[in-house]
Amino acid sequence: MMDSVSSSSATVADKSVKRMQICRAEYRVIGRFVEQLRPTRQCMKTLQTQFPHLPPSTLLSIFSQEYQKRMKRSMARHHAPDVIKEYYQRYRSEAKTRPAAPLLLELANQVDLSPALLARLIVECFLEERQASVASRHVLNNMLREPYLIPDLLLAKHVEQCTVNDCCYGPLVDCIKHAIGLEHEDLLRDKLRETNLSFLDENQLRAKGYDKTPDIILEVPIAVDGHIVHWIESKASFGDDHSHHTYLNEQFWSYCNRFGPGLVIYWYGFVSELDCQRDRGILLRDGFPSDIVTLCQGPARGRV
Amino acid sequence: SQTLTHGPTTPAKTPSTSRSVRTQDFSDRRGNKSTPIQTSRSASRVQLFSPAPSVSPVSGRGEGRRRSGGFGGCASGRQTGPRGAVSEEGVRWDGGGRRSRGVGRIEPVSPPTQVQLNFNNLEDFPPVGAAQSPPVATKPSRRINPTPVSAERPNSKPKSCFISTPLSLPASPPAIPESAGAKLTAGSPHSLQEERELLRKERYVWAVIFSLNNIPVSMMMNLICLLSIYVHADVLEKAYLGNVHNCVYFSVRVLENQFELVSHLDKCTLRLLSENERVGTFSSSLKDHLAQAQENCTAKVLPSPPMFVHSVPFQPATDNRSNFSSDRAFHTFKKQRDVFYGFLREWEDSHKEPGWDFEAALGSRVRMMVSQLTAAGSHSHFARLFQKQLIQMCKGPCVLGSSSDAPDADLLGMLGADSLGRLKRLQQRLVQPQGLIGPCPPPSFPGHQEFFKCFLQTASCCQLNQHLKDGLCQQLLKLDEVSILGPDDEKQRFSSVLLTARLLAKFLGFISFLPYQTSELPSRDIQDTAITLRSKSSPVLDVCAVLRSSVHRRRTILTVPWIVEFLSMLDHIGPLLPFYRTALCLLLQIYKRMLLGRGGELCYMNQLLMVAVLGWLFQIPIFPEDLFFSTDLKEEVKELENITSSQGLDTLPLVDQQLLYTCCPYLGEFRKLLAAFVAGSTSKSGGLIRKITPTSAELRGPSTSRSQQKLQVDLEQAFFHNQPPSLRRTVEFVAERVGSNCVKHIKATLVLELVKGGEKTLRDSLGLEGVNTAKLNDSICAQLCDAGMQALETATRFCSENAPGAVRVLLPLETSPSVLTTAESITTRLATEKACSWLSANITSSGQVQKNCTHKVPLGSEVMIEIKEVLSVAVGPRSEEEAYTVHQIESLLYRVGQTLGCRKKTDYLFLIRQLIERGLLGEEEVGTNWPKLSALSWPEVISKTLRFEAGILTNHFLMAFLVCSCRSL
Repeated sequence: MMDSVSSSSATVADKSVKRMQICRAEYRVIGRFVEQLRPTRQCMKTLQTQFPHLPPSTLLSIFSQEYQKRMKRSMARHHAPDVIKEYYQRYRSEAKTRPAAPLLLELANQVDLSPALLARLIVECFLEERQASVASRHVLNNMLREPYLIPDLLLAKHVEQCTVNDCCYGPLVDCIKHAIGLEHEDLLRDKLRETNLSFLDENQLRAKGYDKTPDIILEVPIAVDGHIVHWIESKASFGDDHSHHTYLNEQFWSYCNRFGPGLVIYWYGFVSELDCQRDRGILLRDGFPSDIVTLCQGPARGRV
Repeated sequence: SQTLTHGPTTPAKTPSTSRSVRTQDFSDRRGNKSTPIQTSRSASRVQLFSPAPSVSPVSGRGEGRRRSGGFGGCASGRQTGPRGAVSEEGVRWDGGGRRSRGVGRIEPVSPPTQVQLNFNNLEDFPPVGAAQSPPVATKPSRRINPTPVSAERPNSKPKSCFISTPLSLPASPPAIPESAGAKLTAGSPHSLQEERELLRKERYVWAVIFSLNNIPVSMMMNLICLLSIYVHADVLEKAYLGNVHNCVYFSVRVLENQFELVSHLDKCTLRLLSENERVGTFSSSLKDHLAQAQENCTAKVLPSPPMFVHSVPFQPATDNRSNFSSDRAFHTFKKQRDVFYGFLREWEDSHKEPGWDFEAALGSRVRMMVSQLTAAGSHSHFARLFQKQLIQMCKGPCVLGSSSDAPDADLLGMLGADSLGRLKRLQQRLVQPQGLIGPCPPPSFPGHQEFFKCFLQTASCCQLNQHLKDGLCQQLLKLDEVSILGPDDEKQRFSSVLLTARLLAKFLGFISFLPYQTSELPSRDIQDTAITLRSKSSPVLDVCAVLRSSVHRRRTILTVPWIVEFLSMLDHIGPLLPFYRTALCLLLQIYKRMLLGRGGELCYMNQLLMVAVLGWLFQIPIFPEDLFFSTDLKEEVKELENITSSQGLDTLPLVDQQLLYTCCPYLGEFRKLLAAFVAGSTSKSGGLIRKITPTSAELRGPSTSRSQQKLQVDLEQAFFHNQPPSLRRTVEFVAERVGSNCVKHIKATLVLELVKGGEKTLRDSLGLEGVNTAKLNDSICAQLCDAGMQALETATRFCSENAPGAVRVLLPLETSPSVLTTAESITTRLATEKACSWLSANITSSGQVQKNCTHKVPLGSEVMIEIKEVLSVAVGPRSEEEAYTVHQIESLLYRVGQTLGCRKKTDYLFLIRQLIERGLLGEEEVGTNWPKLSALSWPEVISKTLRFEAGILTNHFLMAFLVCSCRSL
């Protein structure tokens, strides 16, 4: 599966110019800095100003992952029934006094909860209150995706403000993440075709009955930087310690165990120290390698 | 002064006793913890090999469990001088448990009739009492004040043994070689004469013993002991042979007699030997011969760099769901495969750390894993994975002792430090560059083999073991039957088959005898019961039948080495069972009937390998001594040999030096011994640093930057990794045949013409007057050179014309084009290489760098992000300066158009499907809105999308948004 990064304010970045491998120490600096940020485009601008030497997409990916960790940590706190009730009451009372203000967004920033997640909680309360029963996931998701389905138009507007302004959570972000993942998979395939490398993709592999399937298996292995590459996994995100170790255990080692050494492309960069398993068959890159060595170069080489 | 010493007792010479202990890791399985008391006072090069035996006579003697066999006692009074020395030396290779084995075994064997020497004649072979008395610690005073060697005590037989030389003694000046010459004159001419005579006889006897080698003592053992005498002559002096010259003389003469054998050792050993000053002093002809042999020795023993650890490839044919009984079994095995590799990586990372223990670290997890396999009934799958991974990782040579010693791992760390303790250890390392393990190390599981062994021990799972036994037996018998046509084509293949078979046989033996392993030799009663009990059930593999068949079909060179590995794993009772006793007897008879050199130079290396591995088996603790004197099966083997087929593997020169040293890493002991000698003799003059080079070089890991050529080879190997095995077999077969046909073709056409033409030119020219022969020579050479180039071209053409077609016909029609092309070109290359190597030329290929092209079009997701940004501004909250200008919106629209216009819309239907599945898009919505939306012009979509005033995202907005993104992909 492709993973991807959410985004709201990033513009098309010239990734090839800016450095995307970050040493762990620098990563920690960024990590500390983003602790105080909210997932809004304003905060993203602050982040970019702070670290102008890094591509905005990389910064956004780092922030997104750190923010998700933060949200997971504080989930229990926000999801306690009495806390949810309090948020809802606050929203209700304020909606009466100043309905035009971005109430939910303000509340989210105030309690350090993702606006989209808060919107979800509030809509959930709203539906429970109206129907006196727990709303189905499906209904809830639809309402977040298309806020006009919410019977309360004012709430709909506030919910929309939340999902549109949240750069880490929400239906729009999910859609974008998904698109980014597919795009990079596509990009990888294009690059392989351009380079005349033939490959099997995930679907072909699954059809053959493979139990674990990287994005790409090369039919004829290549060498990158002196290392053999049998498979390529595309990750449209930044490779930090946490995500990389999860991927290692769930994916990369499994691929190694079945197909031999391979390459992981973290399109948004990675913590440079993580590239330490080269001799064991996992090579990291932040883009499609330009230094590919192929087998049997010469007239016989190439794809038919 | 003409003081002879055993070399300077600098701290640098302190042997690392702990290291030596560790080399015996296997022995504790057999309960042969042979060195209960480590003497910390061991010293000098002499003791580099193993912990010095206990100083206590009781423990020293009592340790050898086989001493009860009745040889120890009777042997003591009847030793020849050199024998005594040798055996004492030899004893220390494998600890107290084996002491006096060499001695006891030799005694009762009648010397060959042509040797007119009476072993019992005390004049010819004066007893050396010291050899049999246990090393006594009270005697080292002799060494404290080294007595100048003189005529005073020419034949003294000191009670103490050199072994007891204490380390802590003050250093005596090294005076090894230069004193040698001088001493010749110093000694009494008379006694020297006598000694020489005696020595001449002795070495003759020994040489005869060697060349006939009908005495079941490891030839290698003897040779290495000989070298030890030679190297440690100074220490041995007086003890046995009267003085250093006798020792060296004796050794040098035996080496001369056994020159053929010596000349087959590796280049480095030959160099060390020929450069050794003592050789030159005593026999310049031997020195010359050695130098010559060294030049002729083309084969270098290079440990191939550790292979990149490949996993066992997932093969759909054997590994996909249809091969499992249930989904659950399939998914369990999916997990277990990863868990297994996880263990392997963890072991690699940590097993060298002090205090790490397999059982403690992985035990419960390993058992958990196999219990899950049991629950899912997937043992056969795992056994196959296990076996394949074992072969993958352990088939190649591994430096013996490296697993337990980790010789280099800490060296770098040490070099970086300057603390005194570390430097001292470094000094130790330099004198004891490699873990010396002696010529007959106990069976061991070096390198990664240790992981597999520990895994099986820890898992202790009968289901797994049974499946493994089945698989190992099957593959072993298959390998044993492999057909090898000739040495030219298939030396490499033979080597691979042999190494694999030996590895599998060792593990088959390990698993088969694991249930019977006991730490102690069971008492007589228990033995008898066990023999009766176990004789009833059939053995895991009919080794006797396999052996007989191999003799009959002249395939012993393949069969014997792996059977040796299998039997080396026997438990205490195993060799006493009639079945295994028969197998061992067969081996013994094969050994006795084999004469080195009988088959001529052609198969000398084959025989050398057999002699070496058999000699090793006879020397390890498990081999029952009484068998040496058994004549059982003598006639049978004789008969078997008489009715053999004339053709067979045994008649092909299949073994080379590389294979010999891989199978018998203990042969490297010669080199280490000699290197240690050099280390000792030069340590005073700053030779310490120099020492690193010859000894540690072979242990170095692979350099990080691999050459491009190596990379290509790796890539080729990697290519086959994930393909079905039949692909590789096909490619190799076709390459072999096409290459061979090509050579035949060129031989039949071009070369024939060439020879004729050359002869004619020669004839014609010689008829002319005043012909310049040098010029003639040149012109013929030039002609030949041209023809050679032409031949190369022909070969290349021949192979590239014929190989691809053959491969194409033989591979499945469904093979993907790129795989086919690659297979074709690999075949062509291999065939061409084969042909051209015959034409002694090389084909090189030039590299080509791939060029990349980048599309400068914004990605769909980037456009989407921008749209979202615009939306978030539109929906608010926003600041004053965040307003978008018309120009900005237009620019965005332009980029959207660009993206949509330039991108290939490859997978967009797939994406729509994905979006529907994810619930982002209702199916009916696509159905109804799609024509409408796709018909919209872009400004319309966008205007629908960016409904500033509404403040609400509509379904249409989302649709447009998604359509936008879909199209952009």
